[in-house]
Amino acid sequence: MTQSSPLALRGITKHFGAVAAIERFDLEVAAGEIVALVGDNGAGKSTLVKIISGLYQPTDGEIVLNGAPVTFRDASDARSHGVEVVYQDLALVDQQPVYMNMFLGRELVKGPFRTLDRGRMANETQELVTELDVRIPSPYARLSDLSGGQRQGIAIARATHWASGLVLMDEPTAALGVAETAKVEETILRLKERGAAVLVVSHNLEQVYRIADRVVVLRRGRQIGTRSIAEVEKNELVAMITGLVQ
Amino acid sequence: MTLILDRLRTVNWRDHVVYFAFALVFVYFAITQSDYFLTTSNLTNVIIQAAPITVMAVGTVFVLATGEIDLSIGSTVAVAALVTAKVLESTEAWPLAALAGLATGLVIGLVNGLFVTVVRLPSFLVTLATMGLLVGVARQLTDLKSVPVLDDSFVWLFGGGKILGISIMVWWTLLVVLLGWHLLRQRRFGAHVLAVGNSPAAAQVTGIKVNRVRLKVFMISGATAALAGILYSGRLQGARYTLGESDMMSVLAAVIVGGTALAGGKGAVVGALAGSLLMAMINNGLILAGLNVSQQMIVRGVIILIAVSLSLRAKKSN
Repeated sequence: MTQSSPLALRGITKHFGAVAAIERFDLEVAAGEIVALVGDNGAGKSTLVKIISGLYQPTDGEIVLNGAPVTFRDASDARSHGVEVVYQDLALVDQQPVYMNMFLGRELVKGPFRTLDRGRMANETQELVTELDVRIPSPYARLSDLSGGQRQGIAIARATHWASGLVLMDEPTAALGVAETAKVEETILRLKERGAAVLVVSHNLEQVYRIADRVVVLRRGRQIGTRSIAEVEKNELVAMITGLVQ
Repeated sequence: MTLILDRLRTVNWRDHVVYFAFALVFVYFAITQSDYFLTTSNLTNVIIQAAPITVMAVGTVFVLATGEIDLSIGSTVAVAALVTAKVLESTEAWPLAALAGLATGLVIGLVNGLFVTVVRLPSFLVTLATMGLLVGVARQLTDLKSVPVLDDSFVWLFGGGKILGISIMVWWTLLVVLLGWHLLRQRRFGAHVLAVGNSPAAAQVTGIKVNRVRLKVFMISGATAALAGILYSGRLQGARYTLGESDMMSVLAAVIVGGTALAGGKGAVVGALAGSLLMAMINNGLILAGLNVSQQMIVRGVIILIAVSLSLRAKKSN
């Protein structure tokens, strides 16, 4: 390896009792690369995301971040290593302003009394959303006043802000309409331009072709294959996902 | 500058129903009861009467904002007041007595919180049970007898004292409201309280220790109820098992009218103060208007219904 990639998974295996949810999964995601994780329901995609984000501990195998092997005790441990996840159900608090969501759990404080620094949080939020071209009326806007696409844009901006190079996305557009999906995909592509490594779970093959560089197929916990998007036909991909040869 | 304008635009004016109601009721009584209502002594009296409710309301804001409820505050008042009075009677050391009372509230809050977070029961059921239990404890503690509070320093500090010519009750109210406001609006803890009440799952994934927040709000609630009990015992110069027995409804009404969401995620400490003063002002005005106790209860019930519907309806429609 010439340069250590943001994420490397080596022989990741997860058993729930006698059931093997993931078997010997290997993957490396480079900086500035979007890798899509596809598979049918129950294939193990979400389990894999939960392992990388610390919610589950792998039975066997190794997670390597930027060249250093890591083990996570829980989700906040993973987050302190710069692993950030964007969930389909947003994980935002909708009665709070945008800037508060951006800094949730890591609020900025000022002065000897450690009071909340709302001004700085709002300014940094404004900078970030401008940079990622997420259009919102104001960092002070209440989240419930924003559209689904805007909210997911905020969730992605938040993940980007705190990630040390790796962003995981679990079906980031599953709850969104067509126009909003397009907007969120633009945001994801902008992350790639900034050099982030993105691992995105998606059910939507059209989307995979629009944004991903490579695609990994999981079926019943087994890694069926990893292909470059430019070199894989959609029919072949469907065959890999379903196990049926067309 | 534009940020400030943006901020003003995002203010939801309907969250502030309580201040309009406050102004309206104030003006109404000022006109109809013009001889006495507006006198300084009467207005001070309103704040003094409201002080224990205001103190409890501040604690309740935190509990409701977290999406929980504490029904045991009324009986905590009696137990904490009796413990304080008993310790004062036997040790004659007023700081020790006050601390014992406060500690009683903290322990009750801790127990409530542990049942909610560790045993994982709904707070409604837990505090309904502890409410009943504490009523029994309060009766058992002194065999239904009142305990006199005679220590001069204690009575001055928690009852009849004055600083700069202003009643000590006003100072206590000010202190607790300021502290509550600071905790909810200016500290990370307050942000976490609102996040937990809004979406526990979202709070969890961003690394907020959800159960620790829940535990703390029950302890705050227990502590404010205990302080209310101490203030009652100072003002009335004695403690009795009946103290605080009808306070829970008044506190909830004051807090909800003040703009705190019953479902969590939203809290208003200053609003709770306004709500509490509004209730006290209505009581005061009705007494001045010469209504008897039964009539006062009916009018108060109607006013609470109207005010609560206004503030809850407003929330639904946005």
